[in-house]
Amino acid sequence: MKIKQFKQLKAGLLAVSIALSGTLLTTPDNEALASGTLRIGNMGEPASLDPHFISGTWESGIVGNMFLGLTTEAADGTIIPGAAESWTVSDDGLVYKFMLRDHTWSDGKPVTAQDFKMALERILKPETAAGYASLLYTIKGAEEYNTGKAGPEALAVKAIDDSTLEITLSGPAPYFIAQLAHYTAYPVPSHKIEELGKNWAKDSNMVSNGAFTLSEWTPNAQIRLKRNPQFYDAANVSLDELVYYPQEDRSAVLKRVRAGEIDIQTDFASSDLKWLEKNMPDYVRIAPYLGVYYYPLNLDDDVLKDLRVRRALAMTIDRKILTEKVLRTGEVAAYSFVPPGTGDYGSSPEVSWKGMTQAERVAEAQKLMKQAGFDKSNAPTIRLSYNTSENHKKVAIAVAAMWKKALGVKTELFNTEVKVHYDNLKTRDFQAARAGWIADYNDPQNFLNLMESRNTSQNYANFNDNTFNDLMRKAELEADPVKRNDYMRQAEVIALNELPNIPIYHYVSKNLVSPKVDGWVDNASDIHRARYLSIK
Amino acid sequence: MFSYILKRLLTAVPTLLIIITIAFFMMRIAPGGPFDQERQLPPEIEANILKAYDLDKPVYEQYFIYLGKLLQFDFGPSYKFRDFSVTELILSGLPASFQIGGLAILLATFIGIGLGTLAALYQNQKTDYAIMGVAMTGIAVPNFVAAPILSLVFGVYLAWLPVAGWGDGAARNLVLPVISLALPQIAYIARLTRGSMIEVLHSNYIRTARAKGIRERLVVIRHAIKGALLPVVSYLGPAVAAVTTGSVVIESIYDIPGVGRYFVNAALNRDYPLVMGVVIFYATLILIMNLIVDVVYSFLDPKLRVSG
Repeated sequence: MKIKQFKQLKAGLLAVSIALSGTLLTTPDNEALASGTLRIGNMGEPASLDPHFISGTWESGIVGNMFLGLTTEAADGTIIPGAAESWTVSDDGLVYKFMLRDHTWSDGKPVTAQDFKMALERILKPETAAGYASLLYTIKGAEEYNTGKAGPEALAVKAIDDSTLEITLSGPAPYFIAQLAHYTAYPVPSHKIEELGKNWAKDSNMVSNGAFTLSEWTPNAQIRLKRNPQFYDAANVSLDELVYYPQEDRSAVLKRVRAGEIDIQTDFASSDLKWLEKNMPDYVRIAPYLGVYYYPLNLDDDVLKDLRVRRALAMTIDRKILTEKVLRTGEVAAYSFVPPGTGDYGSSPEVSWKGMTQAERVAEAQKLMKQAGFDKSNAPTIRLSYNTSENHKKVAIAVAAMWKKALGVKTELFNTEVKVHYDNLKTRDFQAARAGWIADYNDPQNFLNLMESRNTSQNYANFNDNTFNDLMRKAELEADPVKRNDYMRQAEVIALNELPNIPIYHYVSKNLVSPKVDGWVDNASDIHRARYLSIK
Repeated sequence: MFSYILKRLLTAVPTLLIIITIAFFMMRIAPGGPFDQERQLPPEIEANILKAYDLDKPVYEQYFIYLGKLLQFDFGPSYKFRDFSVTELILSGLPASFQIGGLAILLATFIGIGLGTLAALYQNQKTDYAIMGVAMTGIAVPNFVAAPILSLVFGVYLAWLPVAGWGDGAARNLVLPVISLALPQIAYIARLTRGSMIEVLHSNYIRTARAKGIRERLVVIRHAIKGALLPVVSYLGPAVAAVTTGSVVIESIYDIPGVGRYFVNAALNRDYPLVMGVVIFYATLILIMNLIVDVVYSFLDPKLRVSG
């Protein structure tokens, strides 16, 4: 008896669940968006959309579509005039005069030289506490103002009239024009900031001068930008709307690309490459990227202060195996610190032992270790620190095996989360460690600067070589680009001989781009402004 | 009853204070600070930032500043998401988490109790084995395995439902996350219900009810279930708090804008105010849920009824 009654109950439940699923499945497809909408897997939630408070590529990719600096990027990442139509430079390379384009903010108010001046004053003001302000120290007075040693009047930025801006530099820096395309130098609408304070960068409050404006920001759900009809080149912008999804899980985003829910994914896992090349070859975009993956060696350490040990460690890392067998996404083996294709630097100097075969390098490294008083039986133990990441772990394990096999060096792998890792690097609580650097602007100085002794926060190895420092200082004061490059090249030769940092590989950018997207150009800066993109 | 609830609420205040204090100092002891990152800041700029957030003051002083602001319900700004305050972040994440978590718990409660009861009634028969087999699998398969498989099958292969995304809470976007979140809960609840139901069905008062000639269906629905639900209810209290505050796994796989991810990410980012915010929020919810459980208990079990 009871069996029958419960069968009825069961059948009832089943019917309800089927009915429920039926109604859900037949709901019309609300994901089918207008053809002018580009959907981007952003791989991270921005910390802010205020250009003065961002620091990551997942932020600058969005903000860069909303704001236009004095200069900006072309489709291939090269620097072209932006809000400045033209400019002149004084003979000593110090004084820049910019003639602004006649254009407006998205609310119709004209963009003036005063807006640029106010923006620079705002980001450099110590109370603003902008993390990236130091990038602007090329401007005369910027460092003094930012560090509280002088008032805003020290800043050598003058709005001559509404459309003329004059900026004086502390030294001739030929990369200044490229720096101006960086988000730290974007104008911000001073009239809106005065009115709304901190809330100016939210939702419909946001006023900008670029190709798109913010229409919605729901944290962790989506960011929508719509076409800015006031943009000076609006006639050539094809897309109506951009939607950014902040999802970080790379394989989950890949599924959305496969299902056609996302058109561009700005990074994918190396382990998916094989599958992608077989199943979605027309999506895969891999290109050299201005970045270096390196291992700083702590020069205060008793073992590592010996140049012979550093060189032996650097020589025994088989970069061919690392890039071709371990990483397998087209990374470039690094024998120089500055990545190939940086600025007008030409080909970088390379380590003196590049021409040797790996076997010769190992033999030479063993000799060096012997001279330093080590052989395989009494080889030192080195702690190799890295921050949590599948890739860093793979590289560290492979390097440890190479050191062990060639030199008998025992490696203690030390993994911490990213915050702890960089805290340890800063306080020099490490022996060897993993670090990486992606260029802020396309110039060798941006890489070599990491080894200058006055760069207290990023010179992890504590490299302090007077000749190197002098050459970098000379380069900074040199207006002639050829001589300047020459100084930097000499400096890099010293760095590659002394090896405070062992270069391991140069990065590649990894994007998935739907074949429906037109106008995408692979480039070394991995900057792809949406104003040049369209949907077929 | 009211004085009992009031008493419980009053004892909750010192409990919360202890939790706040422990969490506050544990966070500060953890190595690495909110502004340590790949792009190291020049010392002067770091000093500017630390000053802006009072982080240059001694820790005990920061603690009292924090408590003072809490009294005014000011949870402070998020260090990581500078444009939002902690209150704004938690409030904006709540609807999604409550919606998904609430639906998952409802689904899990009904299906779990139903299946558990069925299994108990057919104890040691095929239905029982089938249900418990599925339940064991549900418990054993973690949701970071189940969720990607569900989205691969229903999103990519069959293309019935979106792979991920919130879609402003549209029903089709809710199905997969709700199911993924409910699966292990269904399994737990089914097992709990089965166990206690078997016990209750063998108890004296059920025998009495049957002896009186009450129909089996009524015996189960009117008498047995009530007694069998006690352990389920005490499980549901903390489970509701845990499930409705979101799950970092489900939220990152399905890209749900909930609060769950803050539990992990805020701690990794050393976003002190956000960590404190979610800790306080979660602790309060647990305290409230436990109180509700105790009140419901007194209704289900006359032996426990508290007087006045």
